[in-house]
Amino acid sequence: MSGAAWFQFAALIAALLATAPFLGRYIAAVYGDGEKAPGDRFFGPVERAVYRLCRVDPDGEQRWTSYALSLLAFSAVSFLAVYALQRLQPALPLNPVGLPAVEPRVAFNVAVSFATNTNWQAYGGESTMSHLTQMLGLTVQNFVSAAAGMAVMAAFIRGLARRRAATLGNFWVDLTRGTLRILLPLSTLVALVLAGCGVIQNLKGHTVVTTLEGAAQTIPGGPAASQVAIKQLGTNGGGFFDMNSAHPFENAGALSNFVENWAILVIPFALAFAFGAMVRDRRQGRAVFGIMLTVWAVMSIGTMALEAGGSPRLDALGVDQSATADQSGGYLEGKEVRFGPAASGLWAASTTGTSNGSVNAMHDSFTPAGGGLAMVHMMFGEVTPGGVGVGLNGLLVMAVLAVFIAGLMVGRTPEYLGKKIQAAEMKLVMLYVLAMPTVLLGFAAASVLLPPALASLGNTGPHGLSEILYGYASTANNNGSAFAGLDSSTTWYTTTMGLAMLVGRFFLIIPVLAIAGSMAAKRPAPATAGTLPTHTPLFAGMTVGVMAIVAGLTFLPALALGPIVEQLSL
Amino acid sequence: MLRQFTAAAGMLAVLTVLTGLVYPLAVTGAAQAAFGHRADGSIVERDGEAVGSELIGQPFDGEGYFHPRPSAIGYDGADSGGANLGPSDEGLLEDIEARAEEYRAENGLADDAEVPVDAVTASASGLDPHITVANARLQTARVAQARGVDTAEVARLVDGSTTGRALGVLGEEGVNVLELNLALDEEAPVP
Repeated sequence: MSGAAWFQFAALIAALLATAPFLGRYIAAVYGDGEKAPGDRFFGPVERAVYRLCRVDPDGEQRWTSYALSLLAFSAVSFLAVYALQRLQPALPLNPVGLPAVEPRVAFNVAVSFATNTNWQAYGGESTMSHLTQMLGLTVQNFVSAAAGMAVMAAFIRGLARRRAATLGNFWVDLTRGTLRILLPLSTLVALVLAGCGVIQNLKGHTVVTTLEGAAQTIPGGPAASQVAIKQLGTNGGGFFDMNSAHPFENAGALSNFVENWAILVIPFALAFAFGAMVRDRRQGRAVFGIMLTVWAVMSIGTMALEAGGSPRLDALGVDQSATADQSGGYLEGKEVRFGPAASGLWAASTTGTSNGSVNAMHDSFTPAGGGLAMVHMMFGEVTPGGVGVGLNGLLVMAVLAVFIAGLMVGRTPEYLGKKIQAAEMKLVMLYVLAMPTVLLGFAAASVLLPPALASLGNTGPHGLSEILYGYASTANNNGSAFAGLDSSTTWYTTTMGLAMLVGRFFLIIPVLAIAGSMAAKRPAPATAGTLPTHTPLFAGMTVGVMAIVAGLTFLPALALGPIVEQLSL
Repeated sequence: MLRQFTAAAGMLAVLTVLTGLVYPLAVTGAAQAAFGHRADGSIVERDGEAVGSELIGQPFDGEGYFHPRPSAIGYDGADSGGANLGPSDEGLLEDIEARAEEYRAENGLADDAEVPVDAVTASASGLDPHITVANARLQTARVAQARGVDTAEVARLVDGSTTGRALGVLGEEGVNVLELNLALDEEAPVP
């Protein structure tokens, strides 16, 4: 890795450290039980108008079951709205290129994908979706699916923090406040910065120009910056264009790239601090932050170094992959010159450690080990730093598992934040831990055996298996990035990946809310000399160990047949 | 149960207006007012005619022009895409070998000369506007000869179209091919 690559990495960490703690404290105030939050004078009247319009009682506290039911109802309505917009787009306005209705199976997949905060794209944005569908369907879901994820997190933290309580808050209030007070202001700011960097923001269709050599070239138009901002901040990842943030109109240069990469990470990292503030123990938040930062940093350095290292097969063909004063070097197939291997590797680790899934380079073209690391980062369950809301939930579930294992080792009843962890919670934790691997490996195994599923592969041999594994790792974790050589627009993949996304969203959210409900009802036990402290480096290390063991035992055999064997045979 | 669904529908409708209409239109208005040229796609004009975008690469074949990177989609701006072939794909390796041979032949390099990696690999978007400085340097002599000008003159133009790292550390240095070829036509027209 070059000196500039290290500086770039350090600059991103510095930008995150300078912003995440403050944002975290603000987020804690937005979701906290306190009476006042910053910005009440401005947001208060708007929120009250929203509640009146929707006939929602903002003071109506919900038990975990009705909180979950509200979330499910909202997701179902969202799914229907996105599906309808895609099917009806030729009859609706703002379709300057005259795009036809989206095919039913693709429309199903996309509607699931955006309502679950996955943003897997079984379509090319510029050639499939009208501006209206992008704005009213996809951009809206970018906001509200992210806000729904954060709402669940707020409910989970309340479950941990409250004593002998029956309720977890109100879903509609959390949804509204998350959208209005966190996502909208941040997105507006980031969108304008991006537009200043060259990301397009207009309502035009295609412009056709004549190139210097006399050929016709189409220059696309559209409101990209506004969608890119929320796609990053809400860890959504669905691009305005097919090639996502590799497209120069979505990510014009190194500066926009830096802002977009920061935007992927800032809320997930800030949520660690919000957690500390909401449970009134900042040390707990810092421990969670430490886990997130450490794993993300290791993955980032690994991917940057592997991509900068290039491919031995190209060396043999007389291709110069060395880093010199005149070139970045590295494995540049599927990467942009303006980003080079370092910014591409850093982004890959950021997008797979969160449930973002946007890309600025083609992961399918990465070196086998580099692409494998991206896959592993998703297989950890996307908790370092994790998607907005759902990522922190996953990490806290892992912490509960670590507490439980530690309790077994010393023969004490495990406790987390003073609450006893008992059989009911552990059953839900296991349901959470097993849901994602079951669909990931189950569907991947079925795909390997079905000839029509194999016909979709863009690559053969171990790399073909990697495409399938990556696809289900991405959808089952609501990530959305792809080894894009796989043609996922077939009936098999649109259907099974749609199901994987549903399981990856709701089979994790519902157990989390159930755990929250049961924890909220408990009375915290006072800490004694025998209590395992959960803010120490020792405990953080143990949680990382539990994550690595769970992911390793589950996925190592599959990884050995895909990226590992491919890297060894290069 | 039904109340949950009516609340959900109402909520989605209100939030759709705020995030799906007010937000993108407000951002469009502000971006157009503040950065109209960039928000419209950084269109480059010559003699009042639009000839492309600063940010979108164009195909160039002529001897007297600098050539961009290979593109999986032939620089079709209505589309975007990479090759998405893994590093062990034999077809990709054959393509890279053929591109390297062609590059050496075009630019009068020795048969075993090393070729810059960006010159023989396809970008992610298929629309990469840049090549590396190393790649541009190797094409300089060919372009200078085709235009009948001094190599040093062309090298000066290459330097003029080189964008450094943002803030000194972010991203990588690159030469904008369209900007460079426009400058060539302006200052060293083909005889």
